[in-house]
Amino acid sequence: MIPNPDPCLNVEITPELIAQHGLLPVEYENIQEILSRTPNLTELGIFSVMWSEHCAYKNTRKLLKLFPTEKKDKNAIGQVLVKAGEENAGVIDVGEGWGVAFKIESHNHPSAIEPFEGAATGVGGIVRDIFTMGARPVLLTNSLRFGDLENEQVKRLFRGVVSGISHYGNCLGIPNMGGDIYFDSCYEGNPLVNALCAGILRHEEIQKGAATGVGNPVYYVGPGTGRDGLGGASFASRELTEESAEDRPAVQKGDPFMEKLLLEACLEMMAIPGLVVGIQDMGAAGLTCSTCETASRGNSGIEIDLDLVPQRETGMNSYEIMLSESQERMLVIVNRGREHELEQVFEKWDLHAARIGEVKNGDRMVVRHKGVVVADLPAKSLTDEAPIYDQPASEPVHVTEARNWQIDSVPELEPNEVTGALEKLLGHPTIGSKRWVWKQYDHMVMSGCTVEPGSDAGVVRLSIAGIDKYLAIANDCNNRFCFLDPYRGAQIAFVECMRNLACSGAKALAVTDNLNFGNPNKPEAYYMLKECVKGLADACAHFDVPVVGGNVSLYNEHGDGAIDPTPVVSMVGLIDKPELVTRSTISGTGQSVVLLGGFSDELGGSYFLQTQHGLKEGKVPVVDLEAEAKLQGLLIGGIELGLISSAHDLAEGGLLVAMLEMLFGNLNLGAEIKVDALDFNARLDALLFGESQGRALIGVSPENLSSLLDLANQWGISAHFLGQTTENEVFSLKVDDKEILNSDVSKLRKIWEDAIPTMMQLSQ
Amino acid sequence: MAILQFPGSNCDWDAEHAVDQVMGIPAKRVWHKDSLPSETEAVVVPGGFSFGDYLRCGAIAQFSPIMSDLKNFADRGGQVLGICNGFQILCEAGLLPGALIRNDCLDFRCLNQALQVEDSNERFNSSKINHSISLPIAHGEGNYRVKDSTLEELESNDQVLLRYLDNPNGSINDIAGIRNLKGNVYGMMPHPERAVEPHHPCDDGILILKSFFDPLQTSSPVELVST
Repeated sequence: MIPNPDPCLNVEITPELIAQHGLLPVEYENIQEILSRTPNLTELGIFSVMWSEHCAYKNTRKLLKLFPTEKKDKNAIGQVLVKAGEENAGVIDVGEGWGVAFKIESHNHPSAIEPFEGAATGVGGIVRDIFTMGARPVLLTNSLRFGDLENEQVKRLFRGVVSGISHYGNCLGIPNMGGDIYFDSCYEGNPLVNALCAGILRHEEIQKGAATGVGNPVYYVGPGTGRDGLGGASFASRELTEESAEDRPAVQKGDPFMEKLLLEACLEMMAIPGLVVGIQDMGAAGLTCSTCETASRGNSGIEIDLDLVPQRETGMNSYEIMLSESQERMLVIVNRGREHELEQVFEKWDLHAARIGEVKNGDRMVVRHKGVVVADLPAKSLTDEAPIYDQPASEPVHVTEARNWQIDSVPELEPNEVTGALEKLLGHPTIGSKRWVWKQYDHMVMSGCTVEPGSDAGVVRLSIAGIDKYLAIANDCNNRFCFLDPYRGAQIAFVECMRNLACSGAKALAVTDNLNFGNPNKPEAYYMLKECVKGLADACAHFDVPVVGGNVSLYNEHGDGAIDPTPVVSMVGLIDKPELVTRSTISGTGQSVVLLGGFSDELGGSYFLQTQHGLKEGKVPVVDLEAEAKLQGLLIGGIELGLISSAHDLAEGGLLVAMLEMLFGNLNLGAEIKVDALDFNARLDALLFGESQGRALIGVSPENLSSLLDLANQWGISAHFLGQTTENEVFSLKVDDKEILNSDVSKLRKIWEDAIPTMMQLSQ
Repeated sequence: MAILQFPGSNCDWDAEHAVDQVMGIPAKRVWHKDSLPSETEAVVVPGGFSFGDYLRCGAIAQFSPIMSDLKNFADRGGQVLGICNGFQILCEAGLLPGALIRNDCLDFRCLNQALQVEDSNERFNSSKINHSISLPIAHGEGNYRVKDSTLEELESNDQVLLRYLDNPNGSINDIAGIRNLKGNVYGMMPHPERAVEPHHPCDDGILILKSFFDPLQTSSPVELVST
């Protein structure tokens, strides 16, 4: 090839340079074979980002094939319209000609270095993935994981991430429905920031990210390219170290105002019939990824000229322009002859729309700069020919130990210790109220917020589509269970998430998952990944809830080792009628409280073991998918019959925590609860704080109680009447006729509400 | 009824939905580079982040082409309501006194806010609207500030429309909304358009919007249209 016009790029490709690009020697040989020559530096950079784990899933592609990607039942609602991996996001049918595009994506590494910008651009990236599909974004959520909140560094990260999300999402005007947040020392130095966006569109509005039609012009739209985020995709595919802070230029800088303009301009452009041929977000690996992926999907060649790319810095070379991850940019291919229609829209919104190339015959991605071809590669070699690895896996010792754990190894809880144990749980930031977080998020914009954050699922009315349907969203993943038993832990994430939807009155439609794991080259870390994927895939298949997309984030390690395996499960569900929307807080005084799914005799992996005994150990609760399906059938059936007025899933903290969370609504209620479990013969701690699966608490109006109990009987689910809510704000608990707890609800509520603000040293 | 749309406005759809589809008053969004339609009877300047809140909230929007039309419209006595960022724009444009600065807690606040309705004039008073109401707020810069002499004027001329009951942002005299002396330009931080439908936290927004639209509705009273 002719030398690059920028002399600094004409260097010899040494083994060191290859290693710096995160490529293995064997991968480099592979590249030489594909090209039948040595790549130049620009090409090496292009391969390094496209073949990074972030873009190529080289360590997970085989595992991801285990996930069901469409529904077995072809008549059920929620048919998959765009499958996982086909486009920027999956799309499912929600009836009446409408579809929902949704996806979750991680921005863990950038957030560890620059929490505000890292989290903000995480939101920006996922929103672009959704509107690229042609969908109007209607909600956001996040799955966040941080270290121990006592740690000052963790506080800084937590505050930065929350304000970054708040800043970006609020400015875009997309309601943020909260999500889930856990605090565990395993995330110290490596927080997880997973952002989800869902959008709505007509079936016929689905856009493709394919470059087709030889001669069609390729446009670059959005703000100019700078040097920010250089090589972000390969940065995300490395372990974090003390030196990672020096990678700060690899973190992108977000501008939500630009994104808002881009969003409106793109939707306006896509609404013009027949104009857009293909569109792709310039996310990870920026201009590189969008050009080779659109060409590869379109079975076309593509040629671009970097001199035509809008730039906001001077003197950028081809390597920098191709690898920049500057934000809020898109690649658009339109039908030849209709260029002015695109240009008009972007002129209205004061955004660049630069014609930088065109679709070509053949299969090459050709990049020119200053009149010279600086890269000439087969597009499909970048997208489809990355190496795929099957790593060795070995079960870590602690997993074997957890399986053989006995409850007797922990001293029993005395009745007089129950109040203290409950207070410790309510004051743990994972269990405590997250209002401190979501009151910084605009969850009411777009007029759709129906159930605000803090309930089992966030619910949004699809007013913007003009339909009276409600989209419910829940995220889940208890890392403690996944750490102790990855297969079961992942299944628990799935069933809890689905149960959250059922408690809200929503039928689950599909999953997007975010697999956050450690370095896959370590056999123990790979084992955890493999088992989690298997567990999750089996649960998806059992419930016929497919995975329509997601993200993999590996190399989440810092200092002491890997994070706990964290396969975040996010599920969307649909509620057809407003009267079926159900909240987790009790709706009034005199409500009967009923436990569905029985008492707990398991304690392994529970938060109680952590807060009371400082232990992260134990046998993870049994998951019975059949029983879970029945419970959820009962919940949805009971809600549809109008028998259930509130419902809350039992999760972290078990029965007592769930009971109190139901009382922490706006109504200032108390409750008199009796647990008659003599014949159940469980330990008091397991009974009150154990986290056995397949359970929910419900509030039932007294006149519906007997019908509800009959219905539970029909479903084969045990239902225990526990007592009633009262007007006075006192919570009293009797176990087998002995009063073991009598506490002001307001006092307990304060502990729960102050858990995070106190640590963040801020007043409510 | 015109709803202005600036680059970065994000409550323009919400306002149109509330006014046009829920309350049944014909409303239309107008792009900031266009001119105000001659038949305009009232204008809403909606919430959002016009021009990304760069420089100061609302500071750049005041230079948009449509602002001269808006000023003429207001000078002729036309009804103008600024909500949230719209309130900030009206202050920056000099159509309302004062300014809105960073919340004293330094964070964005989104919640359903308890408010006290003041007896401002025959159009906006507590006997018409209710003494205490609640409306959603969602802002990072809603801390109202004004010089002492103007504050005295606002108070003595009954120009305060709404006060916070539990001040979320440090606003002086708990001020959440004001009007101009003439009584045709309103500005408020709370979002009445987010409190008009059954799934909203309350429907007090209808009372607020009704009182604003009153003269438009002398022949046909505002009725809730189910959607």
